[in-house]
Amino acid sequence: MSNEHYSLHINGTDHQVQDAWIGESLLYVLRERLGLPGAKGACEQGECGSCTVYLDGQPVCSCLVMAASVTECQIATVEGLRPDGGLTDVQESFLSEGAVQCGFCTPGLVMAVHHLLDTNPSPTELEVKEAISGNICRCTGYGRIFAAVEAVVVQRGNR
Amino acid sequence: MPIYTPTSVREATEIFAENPEAMLLAGGTDFMVEVNFNHRKPSSVINLARVNELKSWHLDTQTSVIRIGATVPFSQFESSEFEQLSPALSHAARTVGSPQIRNTASIGGNLGTCSPAGDSLPVLFALDAQIEIASLQGTRSLSIHDFMLGPKRNALSVGEIVAAITIPVASGFQDYAKVGVRNAMVISIASACFALQDNQCRIALGSVGPTIIRCNEAEKFLQDYITQSSPPDLETIREFSRLAAVAAQPIDDHRSTATYRRHAIEVLARRLAMRSFSL
Ligand SMILES: Cc1cc2nc3c(=O)[nH]c(=O)nc-3n(C[C@H](O)[C@H](O)[C@H](O)COP(=O)(O)OP(=O)(O)OC[C@H]3O[C@@H](n4cnc5c(N)ncnc54)[C@H](O)[C@@H]3O)c2cc1C
Ligand code: FES
Ligand code: FES
Repeated sequence: MSNEHYSLHINGTDHQVQDAWIGESLLYVLRERLGLPGAKGACEQGECGSCTVYLDGQPVCSCLVMAASVTECQIATVEGLRPDGGLTDVQESFLSEGAVQCGFCTPGLVMAVHHLLDTNPSPTELEVKEAISGNICRCTGYGRIFAAVEAVVVQRGNR
Repeated sequence: MPIYTPTSVREATEIFAENPEAMLLAGGTDFMVEVNFNHRKPSSVINLARVNELKSWHLDTQTSVIRIGATVPFSQFESSEFEQLSPALSHAARTVGSPQIRNTASIGGNLGTCSPAGDSLPVLFALDAQIEIASLQGTRSLSIHDFMLGPKRNALSVGEIVAAITIPVASGFQDYAKVGVRNAMVISIASACFALQDNQCRIALGSVGPTIIRCNEAEKFLQDYITQSSPPDLETIREFSRLAAVAAQPIDDHRSTATYRRHAIEVLARRLAMRSFSL
């Protein structure tokens, strides 16, 4: 029952975590122990969304997930969106619409936007705002981000 | 430094009895903030996420009571199915944090933390919710009024776990409203739940006292008008919201001032009551 050693299912692969402290967050384990730095750490209190990953398909703040408690969950990170290392349509759109400035918020926003468009292919402006209300961007002022989301909706033939 | 992952309430209570120093983990949205900032150093943890009995809610159609498992996350109350049964809890849930927070933050964790700003609490107070508490000794049921003792203080003893919360299905208008500095991701500065349950007026206030406050005077005042055939007029509702504001016990703190909070309660109470009588 002791969990100094445990394994996490991340992006379809099992990863071993050795000699961990029980209180380590999933964000810490991903970045510092498993070499998956896609999720970013800024506030470590659930406010900024830059650490967003999926836990059994749902977006969550990985900074507030105790890593040792999710050994039975499917975890997906931004690295797993395109395992071949290419960019998804949402990522391409963020680039072409100028929604990336410093880029710190981008992985978290990309995760939030993919989840939104997978569950609601043609969201209203308010629905987009609600879906990314847990993701803070200090650079863009959000206008370019809304444009990037809209461009994907159009590209996917949903508007 | 073990983490225990029980699969039943019984097993969870056995582990808790053997390891009284263990800390209960639900969604982790309060727990992990404290760990990340070194305010909490768990030596052992009981992870409730795999206890299936705690993970869902059920409607008892015979008694019209909703029984909600402690680890149900707020996102589940946003469904239209749940909203029809309990509009106030559904609307309160929608105001919690962000989508990421609501996917993990549970109602049992809201009771575990017992902050006067907890958004589910005014709803539970307005509806006289019952809290089911499990331990190795068995199960006991406490009224929410006896469960919350003060800011971040509840009636749980060591070894006890919140198993479920029961509330009645809405039998009339009910809603929840809160004021904060922005629309999303905000801890409330003042909040209120208004309900007409079984033809009785109930109003409960959050973030304006050491616990949630039921406004007995305001409720009594409006009750006389509810039982009459003609609905209350605007002047009556103004007096009702004034009485609600009088019941508040707000303080100045880093989020707001007592004066503003009392004013906000008057506005929230008025708006909710007007909505309820379609004024
Ligand atoms: C960014 C952010 C925004 C937030 N916004 C809001 C908001 O708008 N409104 C609001 O009300 N709250 C908010 N919160 C606070 C938090 O999300 C809630 O209090 C939530 O309900 C906690 O639930 P949890 O499942 O995450 O609990 P956890 O963090 O797992 O646990 C919280 C406490 O309760 C105890 N506990 C958990 N489950 C049980 C149980 N079954 N029996 C006994 N004790 C138990 C734990 O030991 C711990 O002490 C926010 C938090 C963050 C980080
Ligand atoms: S680092 Fe997790 S929400 Fe900010
Ligand atoms: S691009 Fe810099 S924070 Fe969003």
